[in-house]
Amino acid sequence: MPDLVKLTIDGKAVQAAPGTLVIDAAKMAGIEIPAFCYYEGLTLQAACRMCLVEVEKMPKMMTACTLPVAEGMVVRTETPQVAQARKYTLEFLLTNHPLDCPVCDKGGECELQDMVFRYGAGESRYTEEKVHTPEKQFSPVVFFDAPRCILCFRCVRICNEGMGVGALGVIYRGVLSEIAPNHGDHLECDECGACIDICPVGALTSGIYRYQTRPWEMQHVGAICTHCGDGCKTTLGVRNNRIIRGNNRDHSGINGEFLCIKGRYAFDFYDHPERLQAPLVRKNGKLEEVSWSEALDTVANRFNQIRADGGTFGVIGSNHTTNEENFYLRKFAREVLATPHIDHHRTGDVTALVDALSGKTGRMATVADLYNRKAVLVLGADLAREHPLLSFQIRANYRHHQAHVYAVTPGPVREDKYAVASVRVASGGYFAALEDLRARLKAEPELVIVFDDSFKGPDVHRLVEFGESLGIPVRYICLVDYSNSRGALDMGLVPGEGGMRLDEMLAADLSALWVVGANPFKGTPGVPGSVARKARFLVVQDLFLTETAEQADVVLPAASAYEKSGTVTNTTGEVQRLKRAINTMGAKPDLEIMGFIARQMGAAGALGPWVPETVFAEIRRTVHGYDIPLPEIDTGGAAPTTPVNGRVTEAGGPRPDLIRSDHNGLFASGTLGRYSKVLNSVLEGRLDR
Amino acid sequence: MLYNEPSPLETRVLSFRFGLPNSATLDTYLATRGYEAFRKAAGMKPEEIIEQVKISNLRGRGGAGFPTGMKWSFVPRTSPKPKYIVVNADESEPGTCKDRVLMENDPHQLIEGCLIAGLAVDAHAGYIYIRGEYRYLIEVMDKAIAEAYEKGWLGKNIQGTGFDFDLYTHSGAGAYECGEESALLESLEGKRGIPRIRPPFPAVVGAFQCPTVLNNVETYCAVPAILRDGGAAFAALGVPKAGGTKMTCLTGHVNKPGVYELRLGFPVKQMIEEVGGGIRQGRKLKAFIPGGSSCPVLTAKEVEGATMDYDSMAQRKSMLGSGGVIIMDEETCMVKAALRIMRFYAHESCGWCIPCREGTTWLRKILTRFHAGGGTRSDIDLIGDLSRNMLGRTFCPLGDAAAMPTLSIVEKFRGEFEDHLNGKPCPFERAGEMVTA
Repeated sequence: MPDLVKLTIDGKAVQAAPGTLVIDAAKMAGIEIPAFCYYEGLTLQAACRMCLVEVEKMPKMMTACTLPVAEGMVVRTETPQVAQARKYTLEFLLTNHPLDCPVCDKGGECELQDMVFRYGAGESRYTEEKVHTPEKQFSPVVFFDAPRCILCFRCVRICNEGMGVGALGVIYRGVLSEIAPNHGDHLECDECGACIDICPVGALTSGIYRYQTRPWEMQHVGAICTHCGDGCKTTLGVRNNRIIRGNNRDHSGINGEFLCIKGRYAFDFYDHPERLQAPLVRKNGKLEEVSWSEALDTVANRFNQIRADGGTFGVIGSNHTTNEENFYLRKFAREVLATPHIDHHRTGDVTALVDALSGKTGRMATVADLYNRKAVLVLGADLAREHPLLSFQIRANYRHHQAHVYAVTPGPVREDKYAVASVRVASGGYFAALEDLRARLKAEPELVIVFDDSFKGPDVHRLVEFGESLGIPVRYICLVDYSNSRGALDMGLVPGEGGMRLDEMLAADLSALWVVGANPFKGTPGVPGSVARKARFLVVQDLFLTETAEQADVVLPAASAYEKSGTVTNTTGEVQRLKRAINTMGAKPDLEIMGFIARQMGAAGALGPWVPETVFAEIRRTVHGYDIPLPEIDTGGAAPTTPVNGRVTEAGGPRPDLIRSDHNGLFASGTLGRYSKVLNSVLEGRLDR
Repeated sequence: MLYNEPSPLETRVLSFRFGLPNSATLDTYLATRGYEAFRKAAGMKPEEIIEQVKISNLRGRGGAGFPTGMKWSFVPRTSPKPKYIVVNADESEPGTCKDRVLMENDPHQLIEGCLIAGLAVDAHAGYIYIRGEYRYLIEVMDKAIAEAYEKGWLGKNIQGTGFDFDLYTHSGAGAYECGEESALLESLEGKRGIPRIRPPFPAVVGAFQCPTVLNNVETYCAVPAILRDGGAAFAALGVPKAGGTKMTCLTGHVNKPGVYELRLGFPVKQMIEEVGGGIRQGRKLKAFIPGGSSCPVLTAKEVEGATMDYDSMAQRKSMLGSGGVIIMDEETCMVKAALRIMRFYAHESCGWCIPCREGTTWLRKILTRFHAGGGTRSDIDLIGDLSRNMLGRTFCPLGDAAAMPTLSIVEKFRGEFEDHLNGKPCPFERAGEMVTA
């Protein structure tokens, strides 16, 4: 730790690390220096001039956002001169600002409003005509109202630096300067909406949220995005039992300021018109809407009948449902249905990784490691498309710490722009490429290896052998697809001794097949094309009438991730809490549905209460690595789990052929993606398919 | 070509080739002691070159007047990065037109200046950033550069000295802001012309993130004379702390406007009366701008006894600036002058920082309205107040450049603003001449 620099700010003795900017040093000391263009983590701008402060021995006022602390420096942030400068800067800003706060989306959470309230003049002396330009639509999700823009260039910087996209720039000059897309009149980008969240005023607004509500009329619920395995926290704005917006303006959660289009907008599938809102039971060959009690009775009676007849049950779980639901489902299958035939679609070979790391501890990397570790090796995946948060973390690591990034992938990836080595490989060529990089990797102080389903079974063991042979601390991330793929595995949605696998269950003559939140008939590894139902009784719990649900005998409408509470485990094995944001009429959380089925079967007693908190308590007691500190997740954080330290074997031996990632890009999300209006509306989504 | 008759009062050090037949050609240049300074410098140590420039008391001729030798000494010669020489030929300050004649009439003098600077800081490449409106000068410079390459005065192993140097021209795109050194570098790199945060200064982190010497055309043009005849001789031409001559652009209401090379310390009165042939139609001087429109305006009384040098102008709370002298006679409307100046700065503000972007346009609008007869008494104070609150608060000196003349006009010619009140048309304006911004 280098010696701290001692300085005085507003008479207060402050200590800060060398290189700290005065604005940050002041913040640490509880002194606010206002600024628009300064944004932690982005390049410095010094354009807004709000942070001007007096510094002893300096002839002019200095911008606190560009001034590093110096020993003995004396800073004053609340002198008449400083106050006057702020007042004038705000008056200048308001000359061309439209002051349409009453209809502006930002009203109530606008930084300009706050600043003017605190530092501005009560009235303006400006009597000239304002510069006005009409509003523009950059994309279905990004609208731009130039007169409101204060030209802080945060949007330009977050897009260029944070996202690595660079879709926004500035045209014209002087008072006519205007933020504009770099591709003519529209955006060609990730459509992540980071520019909107980072905008201090209402210049960039969201196509989904605009003119819907005022910020103070919403409740803000911290949820976890259900679409990919990264586990981004998305704060849902809820009003009248409807989700109005998603964002992460408070920077809580493992994703900080980051969200992609899915996290910010693609919650919208929840009110798609095709959403199931009543249970369906097949009558005379047709699915008909029935009451919940009838549907539950149908399932319970049939299950009990099959139990009595000694029939065979198959159970297929989900990558989206919560840990509690997966745990309950497994227990239900094993203890009530007494079947070993239970599986789920696996999208990455975490089992092989855990097995290969047997005898070692602390080798699973977290999302934060991608930002903090000195070197990252990306194998296979196009992270910016498939795991945008991980890609964001690596980019930030490069920008802030000059991390060394190695990309060994089949095609070009965004990491190429700043990677120290980019290698293109054909499948099967990974290990040769790794050997070529060996000397360089060995020279790194530490390494995080990120790999996708290009590595399965023996290849994972070989990869770990390679990593361990480097002689440096190596941590690993095995990429998986959806919000709770890791949780499905950890909760044991895998075949027991003598149990059938996914593909075997689909082909087998089962007495009943129970599918909870999955769509195996659409496509399952090892099963070409769509699947015709073989099981004699098929029960499906889902949000929509999927290919699988269409063939079911009973379809039970399930709640989405935003309509239930529980916990999920992301691709790096970190557990986060999901909070219920809304209720959708007719649909029930899967846990509740399963609980009701158990009750109707007269078997609920064996399974315990179907309350998420109670089930989670049991998970903490019984599932390895899930004894995580509760305060961590209850305050909106993420708690890493520790995997089993020992050999892990799969009943019936490994089946790497069943492990397959869907490689969903930014604008697709398996079945759910089809029902998201936003994902289907953006140009890039159509180009990406 | 030359645009004015030379004056016998000139001291022609940089401009002595002006008027010679084919003065822009290498043959003429070589026949008149051309590249003599480079040969001399090639035999000197870099520190010795810089020492001579320091002794010469040469100060930057772009407007800021920073000592050139000191600027060169800031360049880390031992840095493993390449170093660059950049010439600021983005001459856009209203009233200034000296770099144009220097390049047009004696381009090789500039090339030689660049070569010597290259020797001094171990740079092997240079860029001449020429304002977009000077397109014809790019042709002149390119022709001279081609000639220099052809005859071995540029390129590899120049004249057997073992020194390599490449020189390129680069066209600006029509932005005053790009005359600010860091914005110029951004533009040179192909980016939007906005200033950079300093420090680091260009001497350490300049073009392409490498150490860079960045000077005005006239500054480089003075270097061959300094090396040829010694720094002391150059220093002796000027005043203490500022050596040599200044290319002075006499513009406005004088009988003989033009570019004249005058010793630093030349008396203002003599300059107007004798060099410039007096004020047109025998009128009286009303206002005087010493070095381009960004300098505070001086009244006739204030310039009494003044001389054209840095200190004399600083004493009068103005600046020598770029040497773009603007003479305004008694028939001039000072409100219109303020408006004309503010129109320029509002048009040229790059839009980067708030006080300059919003302040210049606001002032332009007030002055337009005011000059057209729509002003109120409180506007007069507002103009001064806004100018004062732009001063020193903007990101780059453009905001100051806009504020200083405006502030000086409103303070020194308040009476003229009051004459515009009560809806009366401008008292100086003849019928049908009213302009709007």
